[in-house]
Amino acid sequence: MLVNQFLILAAALFSLGVYGLLVRRNIVLILLSVELMLNAVNINLVAFESMIRSADATGQIFTIFIITVAAAEVGIGLAIVLMIFRNRRSADVSDLNLMRW
Amino acid sequence: MGAFSDLLLIAAEEAEHAEIHAGDGGWWADTAGIMLILPFVAYLLIIFFGKRLKYQGGEFAVGALAINLLWATVLFVMNMTGGVLDQTTFEIARIGSDLVFELGWVVDGLSIMMYFLVNFVGLLVFIYALGYMEGDVRVANFFASFSIFAGAMLVLVGAPNLIQLIVGWEGVGLASYLLIGHYWEDMDNVKAGNKAFMTNKVADVGLILGAILLGLAIGDFDFGHLSEAAVAGNVELNAVALTGGFLLFFGAMGKSAQFPLHIWLPDAMAGPTPVSALMHAATMVTAGIYLMARVFPLFQNMAQDARPWMIAIGAITLFAIGLLALVANDIKKVLAYSTVSQLGYMMTAVAAGGYTAGLFHLFTHAFFKALLFLGAGSVIHAVHSNDMKDMGGLRKYMPTTYWTFIVGSLALAGIFPLAGFWSKDEILATLGHEGYTTVMWIAIAGAFVTAFYMTRAVALTFFGEYKGHGKPHESGKLMARPLIGLAIPSIFVGVLNIPGVDWPGIGNFTEWLGVRVVAMGDYHPESVDFGLAAVGLAAALLGIVVGWMIWGADRKTQEERDSFAVPVLYPLLRQKYYIDHAALGIVGATTGPLARFVDWTNTYIIDGIVNGVGALTRGLGTFVYGILDQRGVDGIFNGLSAVADSAGSGLRKLQTGRIQQYAASFVAGAIVLAVVFVLVS
Repeated sequence: MLVNQFLILAAALFSLGVYGLLVRRNIVLILLSVELMLNAVNINLVAFESMIRSADATGQIFTIFIITVAAAEVGIGLAIVLMIFRNRRSADVSDLNLMRW
Repeated sequence: MGAFSDLLLIAAEEAEHAEIHAGDGGWWADTAGIMLILPFVAYLLIIFFGKRLKYQGGEFAVGALAINLLWATVLFVMNMTGGVLDQTTFEIARIGSDLVFELGWVVDGLSIMMYFLVNFVGLLVFIYALGYMEGDVRVANFFASFSIFAGAMLVLVGAPNLIQLIVGWEGVGLASYLLIGHYWEDMDNVKAGNKAFMTNKVADVGLILGAILLGLAIGDFDFGHLSEAAVAGNVELNAVALTGGFLLFFGAMGKSAQFPLHIWLPDAMAGPTPVSALMHAATMVTAGIYLMARVFPLFQNMAQDARPWMIAIGAITLFAIGLLALVANDIKKVLAYSTVSQLGYMMTAVAAGGYTAGLFHLFTHAFFKALLFLGAGSVIHAVHSNDMKDMGGLRKYMPTTYWTFIVGSLALAGIFPLAGFWSKDEILATLGHEGYTTVMWIAIAGAFVTAFYMTRAVALTFFGEYKGHGKPHESGKLMARPLIGLAIPSIFVGVLNIPGVDWPGIGNFTEWLGVRVVAMGDYHPESVDFGLAAVGLAAALLGIVVGWMIWGADRKTQEERDSFAVPVLYPLLRQKYYIDHAALGIVGATTGPLARFVDWTNTYIIDGIVNGVGALTRGLGTFVYGILDQRGVDGIFNGLSAVADSAGSGLRKLQTGRIQQYAASFVAGAIVLAVVFVLVS
C-alpha cells in the first residue's frame, strides 16, 4: 500500500493552508485556510490508518472528532467574524489591531 | 461530650462534702447553644433585610433575644429547682497530639445566671432602643452591632474554655467600639471609641498571655479542667498559677474598668444611651468579673498571693472613682463613675473570696443600673441634653421616669429592702469575715458616697425648676415599659439571697451559683449580721440626708451649683455659700476637694502615664514606619516592581496586534521544533 502520494497531497494542502493563513487579509479566507490545514491532517490520519489497520480504527475515529471540532470552530469563528463586520464594517485583519501595546 | 463525663465524675466526688446536686438539663441544656447563635443570625437578617422594616431591623434583634430569654428562663428555673450541670463541646482543631481547641457551651449555675441576665436585660434594653433610636441615623447598623454585642457576650459567658472566652471577649470589644462611635460624624465620639478599644487591647494582652500560660501548664484550656487542677493544687505549678492569675486579672481590669484602666468607661458615654445601659449592666463590663468568678478556684486554691493586690485595686476603684461622680455634670457620666465604683465592689468581693457576694451584686446591679441608664436616656430624649444643668423639675413632666429612677437610685444606694441593700450587705459581711476590716470600712464609706452622688443626680434632674429649652414630655410606651420591667426586679431580686433564708422549693441564689464542676469553697454568711447591715444602711441614709441638705435647694445658676463642688477653689468669691457649706457639714467640704484631687490625679497623672506610653509607642511606630517600612521593606518591593516594570515595557512591544504576525511566529516556531526533532532523532 502506497502512502507517499497521500502524504504529499496532505503536505501540499497544509502548506497552502499556512500560506493562506499568513498572507490573506480577509478573515473568512483565513478561516478557510485553517480548515484546509485541518483537512490535511485528516488525510494523514486516514492514510496511516489504511496502512496500519488498527483493531479499533483509531485514525477514522479521530478524523470524525476533528471534523466535529472544526465544525464547531467554524460556527464560533463565523459568528465572531459577523459581529466584527457589523461593528467595524470590515473583515480585514489588518484593521483589527486594537489588542496591542 | 467526652470531657463531660469526667466533669460529672468530679462533681460527684465533690458532692459528698459540698452538696452539689445537679441534673444534666436534658434537651434544654443540649440545645442551649442556640442562644449563642441567634443574635448572629439576627445580625445577618438585619444587614440584609433590616432597612425595609419599620424599626429598620430592630424587630430581628428583639425577636432573637426573646427566643433566647425563653431558653434562659427555662434553664434558670431548672437550676433553681434541681441544679443543671452540662457541657457540650465540638472539637475544632488539634495542635500536636494533646492540645485541643474546642467550641461549645457550658451550662452551670454561673453561666445560667449570666444567660438569664444578658437576655433579660438585653431584651428590655432592645425594646427600649426601638423607641429611643426611632428616626436616628444608621438605625439598621446600630441594631446589627447591638445584636453582635449581645451575641458576643453570650459566646463569652457560654465559653467552656479560655479560647472561646477570648473570642467572645474580643467580639464584645469590637461591638462596643462600633457602638461607642455610632455618631462618628463627631470626632470626639470616634476618639472615645478608639480609647475604649485601645485601653481594652492593653488589658487583653494580659488575658491572652494568661490563657496561653495556664493552658500550656495544664495541657488544656477547659475551665472544668482548670478548676480541677486548681483544686488538686500541684505545688510545682504554684508560680505558673500566680503569674497566670495576675495576667487574667490584668485582662479583667481592662474590661471591668478597674483603676487605673477605668479611663475608657466615662468616655464610652459617647454612644447612644441604650448602649451604655447594656454595656454597664449585662455585657462588656461584667465580663471581667465573670472571668474572675469563672476561674475562682484558681484564686481560692493556688494564686492566693494575687488576692491582696486585687482587693487593693478593687478598693481604690470603689472609693476613689465613686468620688468622681460627685463633680460630673453629665448625667450619664455620673452613672458611669457609679458603675466603675460598683465594679470595684464586685472585684473586691470576688478577690476576698466572696464568689457569691460579688456575683450577687453583679446580678442586682445589672437590673438597677440598666434601669438608671434607661431612665437617664428617657430624660435625655426629652430634654435633648446630657448636662444636668439643663434639667431640673422633671418629676412633674415625666412621672414614670421619675418613679423608676427613684427606685433605681434607692436600690443602687443600698436602701432596705431593695436589691442593692442585700447584695452590698453580703459584700460587707464577706469582707468582714475574711479579715479585710479596713477594706470593709472603705466599702461602707463607698456606700455613703454612692448615696450622696445619686441624691445629687436625682435632685438636679427631677427637683427644682426646669432649666432647659422647650417643654419636656414623658417618653412613649416603648421606652416607659422597659423602665417598669426593670424597676420591679430592682425592688425584689434582693430577697433571692437573704443570708440563711431558703425559699421553699427553690432554695436561694447561693445554691444556684454553687452548681459548678468543683465546689467553690467561698464564704457566704449563714445569717444576717444586723449590726453590719445597720451600719451599711446608716451610711447610705446619711449620704442621702447630706446630699439632700446640699442639693435639695434649687440652685438655678451654674455658679450656685459649682459653689458646692469646688468650695476651696473659690472661697473668696463665694463666701456666702462657703458659710452655708460649713454649716451643712464637714463631709460636703471635704469630699469636694478630694473629688477634685482624684479628678486631677486621674486627668494629669494617670492620663499622663497613658499618654507617655502612647507617645513612646508612637515614636517607635514612626521609626518602624519611616525607616524599616518605607525605606527597607518598601525599597525591596519598589526595586522588584521596577525590574518587572522595565522588563514588561520591553516585552510588550512584541504585542503588535497583528494576528498574522503571531501566526507567523507560531509557524516559524513549529518549523524550528520540527527541524530539531528530525535532526535529533
